[in-house]
Amino acid sequence: MSGIVRVTNVSKEYPRSGMALRGVNFEIAKGEFVFLVGHSGAGKSTLLRLLTMAERPTTGEVRVSSFSSFSIKPREIPHLRRRLGIVFQDFRLLPDRTAEQNVAFALEVTGTPASQIAPKVARLLLQVGLASRATAYPHELSGGEQQRVAIARALANDPFLLLADEPTGNLDDRATHAIYLLLREINARGTAVLMATHDVAMIERAQQRFLELDKGELVFDGTDVLRLRADMRGRK
Amino acid sequence: MRLALREVLLAFRRAPLLAVLAVTTIAFSLYAFSLFGLVALNIRQALRDIEDRVEIRAFLVEGTRDAQVEELMQGIGNMPQVADAGYVSPDSALVRARAELEEFRDVMEGSFLPASVELRLKDGSRDPETVKEIARRLQTYPQVEEVRYGREWVEKLYRIRNLAGLAGSVLGAVFALVSVIIIGSTIRMSILARTREIEIMRLVGATNMFVRLPYLLDGALKGLVGGVLAVALAWGTSTLVTRSLLETRFFETSQVLLGIAAGGVLGLLGSWLSVGRHLRQVWRDS
Repeated sequence: MSGIVRVTNVSKEYPRSGMALRGVNFEIAKGEFVFLVGHSGAGKSTLLRLLTMAERPTTGEVRVSSFSSFSIKPREIPHLRRRLGIVFQDFRLLPDRTAEQNVAFALEVTGTPASQIAPKVARLLLQVGLASRATAYPHELSGGEQQRVAIARALANDPFLLLADEPTGNLDDRATHAIYLLLREINARGTAVLMATHDVAMIERAQQRFLELDKGELVFDGTDVLRLRADMRGRK
Repeated sequence: MRLALREVLLAFRRAPLLAVLAVTTIAFSLYAFSLFGLVALNIRQALRDIEDRVEIRAFLVEGTRDAQVEELMQGIGNMPQVADAGYVSPDSALVRARAELEEFRDVMEGSFLPASVELRLKDGSRDPETVKEIARRLQTYPQVEEVRYGREWVEKLYRIRNLAGLAGSVLGAVFALVSVIIIGSTIRMSILARTREIEIMRLVGATNMFVRLPYLLDGALKGLVGGVLAVALAWGTSTLVTRSLLETRFFETSQVLLGIAAGGVLGLLGSWLSVGRHLRQVWRDS
C-alpha cells in the first residue's frame, strides 16, 4: 500500500541560497507519527513547504494524498490545504480575535455552514483542553495555550495529515511535553503527524520513526536514536 | 458573500480615515472628469445652436425674372439635404439690413441690395462636405451670381468640436488612470495591514476568490460611493453656474448612472490589479 505522502527523488534549489534539498526519498503511511529532525537550515521548513504545495520541487515528485506536485493546479491547492493541518513555532494566531474566533476563522473561510461552526469550535477547544479559555485573546494566553489554539484550528477541517513545524520551539519543557502528548493523542485518533523538531531528548523518549535531514540530504530514516544523538552532537 | 461584506465593513471600521481618503480622491477624480464632461456637453450644445444657424445664401444675378427664381426654388426643393429655403427680394433685404445695422440706417437707400435665396440644411447635413457640395450645385444655375456659406466658419466650428472631444478623451483617460492607481494603493495598504490574516486564510484552505472577494467589493463600493459624490458635486457646480453666470445643461439620467457605474468599474479594476499582485507577494513571503 502506498503512503499518504510519497516524496520521490526530490531536490529543491533556490536561485540565491542554492540547494535546500537533494535527492530526498521517503513515504509516510496513513495514521503514522514521524519526526523530522535536523539543525536549522537543514531543509526541514523547505520540505514542509513542498508538502503544503506552497512550492514545487526543482526535480522529483511530491505526492500528498491524490495531489501530485507534477500536476496540481493553483486552484486545487486550497482543496489540499483543507485536508492538511498546519502548525508553526510562532502559532500564527490573529491577535484581535479570541481563541474561539481564531478556530472559527478556519471554518468560516472554508465555507462551513454557520450553524455548524459554534458546536464544532466548542468540540475542538475541548479536545485540546482549552474549553475554559474560549473567549481569551492570544495575548492573554500562555505560549502552550496559544499553540493549543493553533492546533485546534489545524484540526478544524478534519485533516488526514498534521504538519507541525517546530511546534514546541517557543515553549518550556512542561508545555513542550504537554503539546507532544496532545499530538500523540491526535495521532491515536487516526491523523498522521509529521513533526519537525530539533529536540533530541523528545525523540529519544518517544522511540518513534524519525527522518534526519542534514544540509538538504536525508541522512537517516528509522528509529535508531543512538545514531541520532551522535549525529546531532557531532555537528554542533 | 455575507462574510465578505462583513470584512468590507470591518476594513472600513479599522481604517476609516483611509477609506474616506480613498472615496474622496475617487470622487474628486471623477468630479474633475465630469466637470470636463459638462464643459464638453455645453460646448457641443452651443455648437449645435450655432449649427442651426448655418445657412447658405445664393445671390442672384441682377434682373433675374420670377420664372427663373421659381425654377431655381424648384431645383432646391429637390435637394434632400435642404430643410427650408426662402426667397429674399431686394426690398426685403434692405428692410432687414436696416433693422440689423441700425447705425447705418440712413446710408441704406434705394434697392442696391441684390435678391437672394436663403437655405437651411437639415440636421445631420451640416458638415463641411455637404455644405460645400450644395454650394457647388447652386453655383451651376445660371441665375446664381455668387454663393456664400461662411466656409471657414463652418470648418472652424468642426475643428473646435473635434479638439474638445479629443481633449475630453485624453483627460478622461488620465483621470481614470489616477483613480485606478489610488484605489490600487489603498487596497495595497489594506492588504499589507492584513498580511497575517491572508496568510492564515490560505493556510487553512480558503480559495483564491474567497480571499479576493472582500478587496474587490471594497474597491467597487468605494468607486460607487465616489461616483455618487462626484455626480453630486458636479450637479452642485452646474446649478451654481446656471444661477450666477449662464444657463448650463446637466447630464441626462442615463449619463449620471453611467458615471456612477464608471466609478464602480474603476474601483473594481484598481482593486483587481492590486489584489492579484500583492496577494502573490504576501504568499511568496510567508
